[in-house]
Amino acid sequence: MLKNDPLAKVLTVDLSQRTFSVDAREELFDKYIGGTGVGIQLLLEECPEGCDALGADNPIIFAVGPFTGLFPLASKTVALFKSPHTGNLGESHCGGRSAVAMRMAGLGAIVIKGRSDIPIYISIDGHRVHFRDASSIWKMGSFTAGRILREQESGSGFRTMMRIGRGGEALVSYASVMTETYRHFGRLGLGAVFGSKNLKAVVIAGKSSLPVSDTRRYRKLYNEIHQAAVESEVMKKYHDLGTPENIKPLNDFGGLPTRNLKDATFEHADRISGEAFAQNYLGRRLACSHCPVGCIHIAALREPYEDEAYFYRTSMISYDYEPIYALGTMLGISDPQGYLKLMDKVETLGIDAMSTGVVLAWATEARERSLISEKETMGVPLAWNDAAAYIKAAEMIVEQPNEFYRSLAQGVEHAAAIYGGEEFALAFGKNEMPGYHTGPGAYLGYLIGARHSHLDNAGYSVDQKELIKHAMSPEALVEALLHEEWWRQILSSLVICFFARGIYLPETVSRLLSVAGYDLSPDELAGIGRVIHAEKFRYKEKEGFSFDSLRLPGRIFETPSPVPNLTEEYIRRGLAHTRKLLMR
Amino acid sequence: MKLAVLETEKCVGCQMCMFACSRRQDEAGLAKSCIGVRSVGGMERGFTVIVCRACEDPPCATVCPTDALVKREGGGVHLDMAKCIGCGHCQDACLIGAIFWDDEINKPMICIHCGFCVRFCPHGVLGIEKKENEFHAEE
Repeated sequence: MLKNDPLAKVLTVDLSQRTFSVDAREELFDKYIGGTGVGIQLLLEECPEGCDALGADNPIIFAVGPFTGLFPLASKTVALFKSPHTGNLGESHCGGRSAVAMRMAGLGAIVIKGRSDIPIYISIDGHRVHFRDASSIWKMGSFTAGRILREQESGSGFRTMMRIGRGGEALVSYASVMTETYRHFGRLGLGAVFGSKNLKAVVIAGKSSLPVSDTRRYRKLYNEIHQAAVESEVMKKYHDLGTPENIKPLNDFGGLPTRNLKDATFEHADRISGEAFAQNYLGRRLACSHCPVGCIHIAALREPYEDEAYFYRTSMISYDYEPIYALGTMLGISDPQGYLKLMDKVETLGIDAMSTGVVLAWATEARERSLISEKETMGVPLAWNDAAAYIKAAEMIVEQPNEFYRSLAQGVEHAAAIYGGEEFALAFGKNEMPGYHTGPGAYLGYLIGARHSHLDNAGYSVDQKELIKHAMSPEALVEALLHEEWWRQILSSLVICFFARGIYLPETVSRLLSVAGYDLSPDELAGIGRVIHAEKFRYKEKEGFSFDSLRLPGRIFETPSPVPNLTEEYIRRGLAHTRKLLMR
Repeated sequence: MKLAVLETEKCVGCQMCMFACSRRQDEAGLAKSCIGVRSVGGMERGFTVIVCRACEDPPCATVCPTDALVKREGGGVHLDMAKCIGCGHCQDACLIGAIFWDDEINKPMICIHCGFCVRFCPHGVLGIEKKENEFHAEE
């Protein structure tokens, strides 16, 4: 990296002692670039083995990379922590203004340790940290809390406001952290880690300059990547309809999980498709900082007040492919307004949309099969397509008035272990299923991915592009998935949005890195990606991860998938081969 | 010619213009940007684009005690760095907040209406307005 690049600065904040310090860690950023690469090293340094994920000693690590603020689309902040949801590696990526604000504050990474004795929020302004009492915004929804912080803090346009809702405060193990209203650190429960530290919000603001090795070359390379971003066909789909463009093709393909994956097509997909939302509800488009794509699609929902005529409430609610799957098709919801109202509730509570949907889908089927009764649900009539009941249930997951809702707040794996129905409890590596029932690529992808996310290695894409045309041995498949995941370590160390993976190819990344003071060939980058991935598995193994203990819900083998030959034997062979390749 | 904000409702808040302004000055980052984009009380309400609108009779120049700011032919103002004492009166006089501040040298930063940022605005929020005679001159 360049000697004068503030990227090397790591801010450590101790919430117990209310102290902070800044250290220069050039060696980390030189070797591991930034983002996930630097983040996993800081987690290995700071997270005591076997610590309680909701204890004071679980650190929160945020990291950005050298391209942030320098090139477009490098706008993700990577968070690393021990997940209260899986008890293992927690990693989550978030856009909005988070990454640019951190970089412009002159920071490459932030480590938050300890636990405050009172509700608190911190405001990071350059290299100074202000500790502020958050008692008056505790138990406030994530939208409202954001509105108050917006008034309270300076730096409008140059700041990020990461905050939790009541879900994080109530330690729902899949609570998320919201930034800039519509972007999240979702999955794996960073929100609960915030809550356990009595940390309501983190505000970061800054507007500094960044060094480059050669300004003329920098501008030339910038124009090149910018041109690719705005002209490339591979980015167009995110731009026009956004990610919900996938609803129709996945439904036609027969891979859209519906009603807890009892089906893989949804008869009302047309009503909640990207096209339908754009036509009837699209009210605004948004972008993350330094991204010309603007994939964020916001619906405008106008609802009359029932108690007084001529009064309307207009809400702006985001929609994306995964939430439409989890809070829509998975719950059999065919009414777009039903989806939007449920989404709005989930956003306000600050819980992960995907996990919430899968948990509620399992609960609905458990109710159908009488594994649970109205006694457990406390009278909430969980039934497919009943959005009002799901809104009530989401609220109860946060309130946790009884043992049943307390178990739902720990995820579907946990709830099914108590109430049964494990064969249709759709979690992989304890993380609830993403919206792809496409074939073995998707499932092996979730299982072997370091985060158990569809984004780890895009197995669903291998199903749709490769396996649908020709068979592949499980060994060859996991090797292809690992290859993809290794390269994605580089993208997420540069904090490049995965939507831009089609334009940030190895050779391009290598050239662009030269102006940031890195001399790395595509081969060297591939090697670093592999090392970072191995470091993640070093952490996972230390915390007790084992390929042998991965649970395979029987449901995935019963519901026909578009790619045939999805069998338990195939998946187990894939897992055995991965273990041989990754574990010592 | 002068820079114009044509349609703020189409602004998605990407801030590509802000980064472009820095690059135009051989900079990277945001410290030197003379254009600002921020939400109107939350992203759900949209954005405001803050940049010099090339006033006919610019108040920033009127209040400048050292005549460091003078109205520029074609739009905007010209800053004479040597004359500027960094008093900040111009900043107070600009109601729209388009006088940005360079903390390093304690002097104002004001859009020079070069139009570079327009090329990077993905949705035509920004544009260039030319006066009649400018069009003729080009033809």
